[in-house]
Amino acid sequence: MTTYRDAVRTALQTLLREDKRAFLMGEDVGRYGGPYAVSKGLLEEFGEERVRDTPLCESTFVGAGIGAALGGMRPIVEVMTVNFSLLALDQVVNNAAVMRYMSGGQFQVPIVVRMATGGGKQIAAQHSHSLENWYAHIPGIKVLAPATVQDAHDMLLAAVEDPDPVFVFEHQMLYGIDGELDTTATPPSPWKALVRRSGTDVSLIAYGGSMHKALGAAEELGKGGISAEVVDLRSLRPLDRGTLLDSVRRTHRAVVIDEAWKTGSLASEISAILAEDAFYDLDAPIERVCTLEVPMPYAKHLEEAAIPQVDRIVDAAKRSMGGD
Amino acid sequence: MDISRDHALELLRDMIRIRRLEEKSAELYSKQKIRGFLHLYIGEEAVGVGAMHALREDDNIVATYREHGQALVRGIPAAQIMAEMYGKANGCSGGRGGSMHLFSAERNFYGGHAIVGGGLPIAVGLALADKMKGQSRVTACFFGDGATDEGEFHESLNLAALWQLPVLFLCENNEYAMGTALWRHVSDRNIANNPPAYGVPADSVNGMDVVAVERAVHNEAELVRETSKPRFLELKTYRFRAHSMYDAELYRSKEEVDEHKKDDPIEGFQKRLLKEGLVEQSDIDTIEDAAAKEIADAVEFAEQGEWEPIEDITRHTYARNLS
Repeated sequence: MTTYRDAVRTALQTLLREDKRAFLMGEDVGRYGGPYAVSKGLLEEFGEERVRDTPLCESTFVGAGIGAALGGMRPIVEVMTVNFSLLALDQVVNNAAVMRYMSGGQFQVPIVVRMATGGGKQIAAQHSHSLENWYAHIPGIKVLAPATVQDAHDMLLAAVEDPDPVFVFEHQMLYGIDGELDTTATPPSPWKALVRRSGTDVSLIAYGGSMHKALGAAEELGKGGISAEVVDLRSLRPLDRGTLLDSVRRTHRAVVIDEAWKTGSLASEISAILAEDAFYDLDAPIERVCTLEVPMPYAKHLEEAAIPQVDRIVDAAKRSMGGD
Repeated sequence: MDISRDHALELLRDMIRIRRLEEKSAELYSKQKIRGFLHLYIGEEAVGVGAMHALREDDNIVATYREHGQALVRGIPAAQIMAEMYGKANGCSGGRGGSMHLFSAERNFYGGHAIVGGGLPIAVGLALADKMKGQSRVTACFFGDGATDEGEFHESLNLAALWQLPVLFLCENNEYAMGTALWRHVSDRNIANNPPAYGVPADSVNGMDVVAVERAVHNEAELVRETSKPRFLELKTYRFRAHSMYDAELYRSKEEVDEHKKDDPIEGFQKRLLKEGLVEQSDIDTIEDAAAKEIADAVEFAEQGEWEPIEDITRHTYARNLS
């Protein structure tokens, strides 16, 4: 068994060993070993040139990553968390996303930006954001949210291989989970959603940290005789409409779970897709389980109440089935 | 003057080419052939010409939204620049960028950036790539005095100095951040005082004197190349025209502009060359004729250019269209 953290590190090691153009930079990725211990040992193996501790200047080190990518390198930039990535949004939106298009296809930005996301650790309103949908809104970049140990490894390799800017969101509660890692198997396309558990009564659509809660909810629902299917989105841009629609056309019910705030969320986007293309297949209104519309509270019981949990997903699925 | 006749003619020719391109652009803007924002370089020609002549062909250039002059002297044909401003598919950015976003991979011209300060981190990154690849290239990054207010300016100086990256920071100080005078937007009007705090050597030069600019940029660029460390050069200049075509210029007086026009980089250079007998009026006439033809041909090229088919609108959003 391997942890999610170790899976990301294994992928980084492979990349740094096999691609001379690849290098890692970010705050505390070197001496400290990574704020989530992801890059522990990499400085010792690859040296300061390729494992670069940056000053605290998100905008400029992300921009420098964009410049290095323009210059033919394959930078892997770690922005400690999505919360700090807001300082670099200009570089993402105005440079990384548009350079290929604005230059008429002359330049490309093969940068990978990794960051931790999500709440659940009682670190309150400035350190618990889930803003993946802000990134998924932007044409010109791609967004991945690995939920499993295998995906944490495979998606990073795929991201670095990709010629476009790819943003990888690692939910902070997942770094410690265990799972099987097979580094020899051919991975499924990172841009496709996957059915993680098959079911016939209701589709639970989730990604990242929430995917595991959806699996927990499916387990619970199964005890009560409800067969829930769990769809892991995996790629948030592009969104795999086909797999989503296929699942809902079979189950006729959808619960969308998203740790972002409901207003303007990916859950909203998925609901709209289902309404557009599967309206007549639905037997019940779409349910959305999202974070309550408050800044993230510190107190444990309040934070748990704010974030989607198994019981809320179970309740939503039951509502969708016509019960209470 | 300590330059050859041939070189003097080159510098003069390139400044005149820019001036005529910009005048024609303004005219075509009023005829609605060019739309969007249009920022003219008139008054600042000595900066672009001196700098581009000082840099090597394989050096990287990162510029601002007032970049027609740099692009032209760098070797992007006037025709492709004009077509880009028309929005035609034969423009240097395929009609996707417009006046503010001229690009050329062939000329290592990395744009045309219209978020003030946003190009600086990119220049730092290009220099990082060169350093890691062992290339002895300089990345020259142009930005205005307004950019020195931005956090990215300070962060970029710090990072370039910390990692010893070959960036030449070229601050085109035209005394205005759009419509806000220098003294209203910086605490220390001597912009060159800033970079040494980050360990980046800094100097200033008269940006209205093309020969002085060329010499200063050459010296700075060669020092950057030798040491693989960043340097900063302030080019003191002045924009004779409005910030953009939308600007009513309510923030400065006509008298102030007229005073600066006495220091016109082209007229001043011509006078010196004539006075020293380095060139004759007939040389200048020849340059003017050639520039007029070049610009007329450029307009024709733009007029004849095709519009990109709307069916291709998603092309280049990604390397391959997403399904």
